[in-house]
Amino acid sequence: MSVAAEGGAVSEGSGAPQGTDEPPRKEASHGWRLFAIWLVLSAIVDPLYYIFAGPHIPPGRMSSTAGGAVFDFNILIVLAIPVMIGVWVYMAYAIIQWRASKGGPEPEGGPLAANNFKIQTSWITITTVLVLFLAGFGTYELVQPEGAGGGQGPNPIWTPTSNTVLPIQVIGQQWKFTYRYPTFGGFETTQLVVPQGVSIAFHVTSLDVIHDFWAYQLGVKADANPNQDNVAFTTPYQLGSFVVRCDELCGIWHGAMYNNGAVVTKDQFEVWAQTTEKALAANTKLLPPFAYTYTPDANGADGGYYPDNVDPYSKVETYGATQPGSG
Amino acid sequence: MAIDITETPGTDFPGETPIHQPAMRRGSEWLRPHMGWAVVGAVVGYLLGHWFGNIIYGQNTVPQNTGQNNVAIVLGLAFGVAGWLAGIGALTYPLAKLVGREPPPPVPETGWMRYFRYTEDHKVVGMQYLIGVLTFLFTGGLLAMAIRTQLLSPTTHVFGPDTYIAIVGEHGTIMMMMATSAVVGPLGNWLTPLMIGSRRMAFPRLESFSFWIFSAGYLVILSALAFGGFPTGWTGYAPLQTQASGGMDSYLVGFAVIGIGMIAAGFNLACTIINYRAPGMTWSRVPIFVWAVLATCALLTLATPSLLAAGYFGILDRTAQTAFFVTEHGGSSFLWQNLFWFFGHPEVYIMALPGFGLVMEMLPVFTRKPLFAYRVAAAGMIGVALLSFFVWQHHLFQSGINPDMRPLFMLTTELISIPTGFLFLVTLGTLWKAKIRFDAPMLFILGMMFNFLIGGITGVFLSDVPVDVTVHGSFFVMAHFHYTIMGGLIFALFGGLYFYLPKMTGKTMNRKLSIWHFWTFFIFFNLTFFPLFLVGLLGQPRRVFEYAPNLQTLNDISSVSAFLLGASFLIFIVNFVWSQWINPTKSPDNPWNSLGLEWQTPTPVPWYNFERIPVVNSDPYHYGEPGALPVADLGREPLVTAGVVSKEEAVQPGELESPDDTDDFDPRPPIL
Ligand code: HEM
Ligand SMILES: [Cu+2]
Ligand SMILES: [Cu+2]
Repeated sequence: MSVAAEGGAVSEGSGAPQGTDEPPRKEASHGWRLFAIWLVLSAIVDPLYYIFAGPHIPPGRMSSTAGGAVFDFNILIVLAIPVMIGVWVYMAYAIIQWRASKGGPEPEGGPLAANNFKIQTSWITITTVLVLFLAGFGTYELVQPEGAGGGQGPNPIWTPTSNTVLPIQVIGQQWKFTYRYPTFGGFETTQLVVPQGVSIAFHVTSLDVIHDFWAYQLGVKADANPNQDNVAFTTPYQLGSFVVRCDELCGIWHGAMYNNGAVVTKDQFEVWAQTTEKALAANTKLLPPFAYTYTPDANGADGGYYPDNVDPYSKVETYGATQPGSG
Repeated sequence: MAIDITETPGTDFPGETPIHQPAMRRGSEWLRPHMGWAVVGAVVGYLLGHWFGNIIYGQNTVPQNTGQNNVAIVLGLAFGVAGWLAGIGALTYPLAKLVGREPPPPVPETGWMRYFRYTEDHKVVGMQYLIGVLTFLFTGGLLAMAIRTQLLSPTTHVFGPDTYIAIVGEHGTIMMMMATSAVVGPLGNWLTPLMIGSRRMAFPRLESFSFWIFSAGYLVILSALAFGGFPTGWTGYAPLQTQASGGMDSYLVGFAVIGIGMIAAGFNLACTIINYRAPGMTWSRVPIFVWAVLATCALLTLATPSLLAAGYFGILDRTAQTAFFVTEHGGSSFLWQNLFWFFGHPEVYIMALPGFGLVMEMLPVFTRKPLFAYRVAAAGMIGVALLSFFVWQHHLFQSGINPDMRPLFMLTTELISIPTGFLFLVTLGTLWKAKIRFDAPMLFILGMMFNFLIGGITGVFLSDVPVDVTVHGSFFVMAHFHYTIMGGLIFALFGGLYFYLPKMTGKTMNRKLSIWHFWTFFIFFNLTFFPLFLVGLLGQPRRVFEYAPNLQTLNDISSVSAFLLGASFLIFIVNFVWSQWINPTKSPDNPWNSLGLEWQTPTPVPWYNFERIPVVNSDPYHYGEPGALPVADLGREPLVTAGVVSKEEAVQPGELESPDDTDDFDPRPPIL
C-alpha cells in the first residue's frame, strides 16, 4: 500500500464505498463540538489564571529579574493552558464518545483514516509557529539588560543600563557562602546585605567543588565553579529578607548550605557596609587580596586536593598536611 | 504462497553446523557456564583485582582518608566484571576464535536453566532483561521510599546527611541505568525479530553480552553502598567526584559497564533491523515500535561513547592523578558537565522514544483503527534523535559556560518539542472516531499520554531561560523528568507488559488486578509528583535533606503518595506471580486480535519464531479495512485479518496447526 499523500488522500477517500454523505456530517459535528468546548474552557480558565493566580506566582517581584521570570512563567502558562485543555478535552471526549461499550459502527480504516494530510500539515504548522514564538519570546526576555538574572560567565554581555553597579563577590565553599564587598575594602562576611534600587553584580566563584548561588526571591541563579568568575545581575525593588540556597549538589552538607539575605534601603546599606568594613578590618588584612577567583585551599573543609605548593607526584601523606601559600 | 527458506537470502538457520552434534555436550549441566559460575567469577575477579591494585599502588588512598585505595577498588571492579563475564561463558567464543580454535558448539537447551545462561535466543534474552530491569526498578523504588521518608519532615532526620546523599545518588543512578534499557531491553529484544519477520538477531552473542554486562552493572552500582556511597547524585559532577570516596569508583565503573552494554545492544538491534527484515518488510511497513527502536539505537551507539570517555577521564583523575577536571592543573570543571550532558541529553530520548513507539504500536489494536500519520511518526522519531545532539547545554543555562549561546540552545530545545509533539498528533488522530476497548494496556496508554503532556510542556518551561533561572536545579526539574520517564516510559512499559506478556509467557495476566494496578499507579503517581512542581517553584532545591517548614504539607502529600505508589508496584508483583506461576491461565495465540506480525505466531513462540520466513504484504495497521490483505503470507492462515474484529473470531489455543505436524518441518532443537 502506498500512501497517496499530498492532499490526494483526502479526495481519494471517496473511493471507499462507505464514503456516503453521512459520515462527513457527523465528523464535522464532532470537530465543531470539540472546538467549542475547547474554546469556552480556554476562554474561562486562561483569564481566571491570569487574574487570580498570575500575581501570586513565586518567586514574586522582589527584584527586576524575579519579576521578569514571573512574567515569562505566566505567559508560558497562558499558552500552555489551551494546549493542555485541548489534549485533555479531546481525550475525555474520545473516552466518552468513542468507547467500544457504547456500541456504534465499526471504525473506518483506509487511507483517509490513516493520513489526513490537512490535519497533519496544520498540526505541524501550528506547533512550529508556537515554538518559534516561544523561542523568540524567551530570547527577547533573556537579552534584556541584566540578562534575566542567570549566570553569564566572566564577560557578561547583557549588562545593567545603570552605570552605578554594586559588585558583590559570592564565594561558594563546602558548605557555606561567604560574600566579599570589593568596593568597601574587600571585607568578607557570611551576611548578604544588598541595597534597594541599585543594580547589583554578583561575582560567583567557588573554592572547591561546583556550587550554585540561588537567591530565590531575587530571581538570581549562577553556578559557582572553582577558578571561574560567573556574573549575574539584578536590581532589588522591595525591602525585606530573602533566602539563599546552594542549588548544585556539593557534598553531604549540601542540604544545609543556606542563609538569609536582606534588602535594605541605600542609606542603611551604606551604614551597614561601612560599620562592617571597620569591624572586620583586622580580618581583612589577613585575607588574600580581592580577586575574581582564588586557588582552592588545601585545608578546605574536605582536605582539598592538589595543593599548589606541593608536587603532585610527591608522597601522598603530605596531601592536606601543610597550609600552602595563598595563590 | 509460502516460500522455501533455503532459497531465500538472509534466512539461514542460526548456527547451521553444530546442530547435529549433540554428543558435544560436555560434562554435567551444572558444570557448564551459568549464573552461579558468573558469581564465582565476579568474586574471584574482584579479589584478584583488589590484590593487584594494592601491589601496584599500595600507598594510594582516596583524598578523604578513608583508608580506601581506589586503584585497588577500580581494578577490583573491572576484574570482577571480567570474571562475571567469563563465568557466564561470554568470553569462551571470542577467546577461542582469538587463538584460532573452533569454539565449542552451543548446546541446545529448553529448560528453565537457559534463563541463567549465555544464550543465543533473543526471546530468552528478552525475558532475562525483563527480570533484570524489574530488579533495577524495584531496588531503585525502595531507595525512593527511603528518600521520601527523610523528606516527611523539614528538620527531623531519619538518616544522617552522608547516608541520605548516598541513597539519593544510588536511587538516581540505578533508575537512570534501568531506564536506558527499560523497554528496549525486554521488549526491544524480545519483539524486534518477531516484528520484522526474522528468526534471529544479527549478533545473538552480542545481544546476550549486552544483557550480562547490564546485570554486572547492577552489581557494580550496588557495590557503591559497600564503599560508603557517592555524594554526587546521578550526574557525577566533577570536582566533587574527584574528592569523593570509594563509592564514586563504583559509579564510574558502573556507568562505563552499562554504557558498553548500551552500545552493544544498540549495534545489535540496529543491524538486525536494517539487515534482517523479511521479504516485503519495506521501510514503510516496518512497525512503528521498530522505528522507535531504530532511532533509539542511533542514540545508544552514538551518544554513549561520550559517557565512556567522561567516565574514563574520571577514573584516571581519581587513580592516576591526571587533571581532566582539575582546574588548577589545566583541566576544567566544565569538561565533565559538557561530556556528561552531551551523552545525557540524548539519553533522555533513549528513555523516551521506546515508550513512544510502544504506545503508538499498541494504540491501533485498542482503537481498531489504522495508526494515524505513520510517516510523520517515524520521521518525527528520527528528527528527535538527530536534534537531541544539539540541545545538551540547556542543562547548563546558569553555569556560566557559553552564556551567549543560550538563545541558540533555547531555540534547539524548543524545536525538539515539535517532533516530540508528534506523539500527540499520532495518538489523538488514532483515537478519532475509534472504538476504544479499555483493557489494561489501553489504560496505560491513556495514562502515558496524560502524564507525558505534563512532562513535555514543563520541559518547554525549563527551556525558557528566564523561567529556568528560578526552576533549574529545583524539584521542578525533578518533577519534569519523573513525568517524562516514569509517567512516560514506565507507564508505556507496564502497558507493554500487560499487552505482550500473554505472548511472551503464554499466560494471561489477571484483568482485575491489572486494572487495580493501573488506577493506583496513575493516581498515586500524579499525587506524588505533581506537588513537587509546586515545591520546586516555591524554592526547594533537589537533593537536600532539609527544607523550608512551609513546604511540609506539599512534601508530605508527595511522601505518603509515594508509599502508596510503592504499594501499587506490589499489586503488579502479586499479579505477576499469581498469573504466571500460582494460577496460570493459558492465553490464546492472539488475545487482543492484533494484526501485528508478532501475534501471528503460535504461543509459546517456537525458538525459530516462524516456520517459514513470512512474506510481508503491508504494514500491520489496516484495521477497519475489510478488503485488506493479511499482514503477511505465513504459509498458513493468519490469525487475524483486517476485517475481523470480535474476540470470538480469534484463533483459540491449540487451533493452530502445530508446526511439528507438517512433514517438511525440521524439528531441530533450539540453538543456544
Ligand atoms: C518537550 C520536550 C522536552 C523539553 C523541551 C525538555 C527540556 C528540558 C530542560 C530545558 C531541562 C533542563 C532543566 C534544568 O536543569 O534546568 C530538562 C531536564 C531534564 N529532562 Fe527534559 N525536556 C523534554 C523532554 C524530556 C524527556 C522526553 C525526558 C526523558 C524521558 C526528559 C528528561 C529530562 C531529565 C532527566 C532532565 C534533568 C536531568 C537532571 O538534571 O538530573 N526531558 N529538560
Ligand atoms: Cu553547595
Ligand atoms: Cu536535556
